[in-house]
Amino acid sequence: MPELAHHHPALAHQFENLAQQKEASTLGMWVFLVTEILFFGGLFATYCVYRHWYADAFTAASRELIVWAGTTNTAVLITSSLTMALAVRAAQTGERRLLMTLLAATMALGCVFLGIKAFEYYSEYIVHHVPGPGFQFEAEHYRHAQLFFSLYFMMTGLHAIHMIIGLAVMAVMWWLSYRGIITAEYYNPVEVSGLYWHFVDIVWIFLFPLLYLIGRHAH
Amino acid sequence: MPLPPQHYLNNGYGVKSWLLTRDHKRIALLYLAAVTFFFFIGGAFAVVIRLELATPAGDLVSDETYNKLFTMHGVMMVFFFLIPVIPAVLGNFLVPLMIGAKDLAFPKLNLASWYIYMLGGLFTLYALVTGGVDTGWTFYTPFSTVSSTTKVIPTALGIFITGFSSILTGLNFIVTIHRMRAPGMRWFRMPLFLWSMYATSLIFVLGTPVIAITVLLIAAERVFQFGFFDPARGGDPVLFQHLFWFYSHPAVYIMVLPSMGIVSEIVAAFCRKQVFGYEFVAFSSLAIAVLGFLVWGHHMFIAGESVYAALIFSILSFLVAIPSAVKVFNWTATMYKGSISWDTPMLYAIGFIGLFTVGGLTGLFLAAVGLDVHVTDTYFIIAHFHYIMVGGTIMGYLGGLHYWWPKISGRQYNEALAKLSAGIIFVGFNLTFFPQFVLGYLGMPRRYHAYPPEFQVLNVLSSAGASILGVGYLIPMVYLMWSLRYGKVAGSNPWGATGLEWTTTSPPPTDNFTQTPIVTQEPYVYPRVEGRVA
Ligand SMILES: [Cu+2]
Repeated sequence: MPELAHHHPALAHQFENLAQQKEASTLGMWVFLVTEILFFGGLFATYCVYRHWYADAFTAASRELIVWAGTTNTAVLITSSLTMALAVRAAQTGERRLLMTLLAATMALGCVFLGIKAFEYYSEYIVHHVPGPGFQFEAEHYRHAQLFFSLYFMMTGLHAIHMIIGLAVMAVMWWLSYRGIITAEYYNPVEVSGLYWHFVDIVWIFLFPLLYLIGRHAH
Repeated sequence: MPLPPQHYLNNGYGVKSWLLTRDHKRIALLYLAAVTFFFFIGGAFAVVIRLELATPAGDLVSDETYNKLFTMHGVMMVFFFLIPVIPAVLGNFLVPLMIGAKDLAFPKLNLASWYIYMLGGLFTLYALVTGGVDTGWTFYTPFSTVSSTTKVIPTALGIFITGFSSILTGLNFIVTIHRMRAPGMRWFRMPLFLWSMYATSLIFVLGTPVIAITVLLIAAERVFQFGFFDPARGGDPVLFQHLFWFYSHPAVYIMVLPSMGIVSEIVAAFCRKQVFGYEFVAFSSLAIAVLGFLVWGHHMFIAGESVYAALIFSILSFLVAIPSAVKVFNWTATMYKGSISWDTPMLYAIGFIGLFTVGGLTGLFLAAVGLDVHVTDTYFIIAHFHYIMVGGTIMGYLGGLHYWWPKISGRQYNEALAKLSAGIIFVGFNLTFFPQFVLGYLGMPRRYHAYPPEFQVLNVLSSAGASILGVGYLIPMVYLMWSLRYGKVAGSNPWGATGLEWTTTSPPPTDNFTQTPIVTQEPYVYPRVEGRVA
């Protein structure tokens, strides 16, 4: 078995064996996700400060978002996390067809998410909620509602970019499975990509209540 | 004695063998060329700045040009030289060699990080040739987002992009140090340079993403008219300062921690002793990395910070002095009764300790709120951080470059010239920056191209020092290049130093070691010697 591992075509020359390679790439992805947390963390910190200062304006602005779209998207993403987790499982057990189906399902759900998001952006553009000279909002909250929408577009926009990167990664994983490179012995790329996908989902799990739900209670 | 027949430098000569290499040693040399290029660009701006300041009148360049000069000097030096220089050049070269690995964990990512760095550099160079930026390297809002009409966006994007090369380098080092150590290389058998690289990598991965999002917000504010930091659109400019310094204070430790690691290696090798209090030196690197994230508010004592916040940031800033002093104390204790040889690397290490001590002690002045308010935005600040960043980082870097040059190139440089230029740099540096402490204390503000005539004597001294310093930086360029061809062949271990990098040939083979080394003892095990054996 060690002899076989040495000659595995997927083993890069700098590693002693596949186990070391797997550990290294998994740790690498976790470290990368830490940088992502800090990256979004800067935005979340910015959001929290302004939300605290301008609570009324943020509540009013939040009510303008299309909450059913955000809710649907949350469900879509959670489902995609399920199909992703099952895909990793299928990769581990070496079920190639199932793996390809589940990766395709994950990508399809990701596309649904982006489609709904695009619809939301369009709706917000129509009602002049895009920050800038054309921004329109009730006079009382004009400045800080604009700030809310700046943050909304920045945060969901960066999240959407991460989704698009995730879709590209999944497409590569699908191709690797199709070519038979992903096997029960070498499934680490799928597992590591799965970590990334789950992370992007989790960012949304935080974005959704912060952006859509702050105006929904009481009042 | 000839060079070894097979080594990483003669393993292919074509352009492709360099530009598509995955060998960490070649990538280190790609970085060496690139950071040297940016260093001399940043240096050229400093030359014009010092020329302008030789006379009180603002006569050489206009005030607008002067704003651009100090901005581009800062941007080039901070983001494209000081931050990457030691990790990307010496760290890249040494991390796998020191832990006994064939390469970093992710060689392709390593090459990618060099290209990302170059792409970021191109953006910034584009900003430079199409008119420059005038915001200062700190990009304070709302000036940078609302008022400035210069090339803020390409510069911000250049910094954003280059940040990813830092992140990838840090990620690569962390994974490599965790997962690629040779058999027997336990954490407390690692050379101290690796501890400092590990601490630096932590700052890379924890801090850089925050500056990335911050400059992205600046760009978004300019492009999409989002109002994150513009009061007219609901934002708060002070929030920018918080985000900016959350990264940019730790960035100082990105610059100086690697130097400290180098100094530990050099002091051990040239005093032929185990580093005094090895564990303390190792943990002080981590302590500096952690504390470094908790002190950013000391840049904002005059920015309307609450008294309580200022008090806490002040106390925490004082605390950084403890691990820093631990290091200085332990280096000194290592030298005590050591058999010291005064080769060039050791001269730089001693220079580092002296200059870092001055920079660190004046940092304590600035951590005290009352004194800081008095000297904020004066030349006192300029002098302080140049002592840390130039006196600290560049002295350590040059010391390391000389120490490992025989390993990198396989050849020895001209020792007499090297000692001479180390002396010139030390004298030139102090002559340049010491008068600036006085100038700042007397009240000369930073970032102005004209000043009252009574400050001229000190400014002329500073400019004269800068010209000496410039010569000092040029000489190593010449003799190091010269040594590549004509230098004496060095052999695997010219200094008689411990460490796995000295057990392989100079230059090392592409795979670093002919067989995986096995580590059986602590680092820096030097035999006791009576006096120096020549
Ligand atoms: Cu600071």
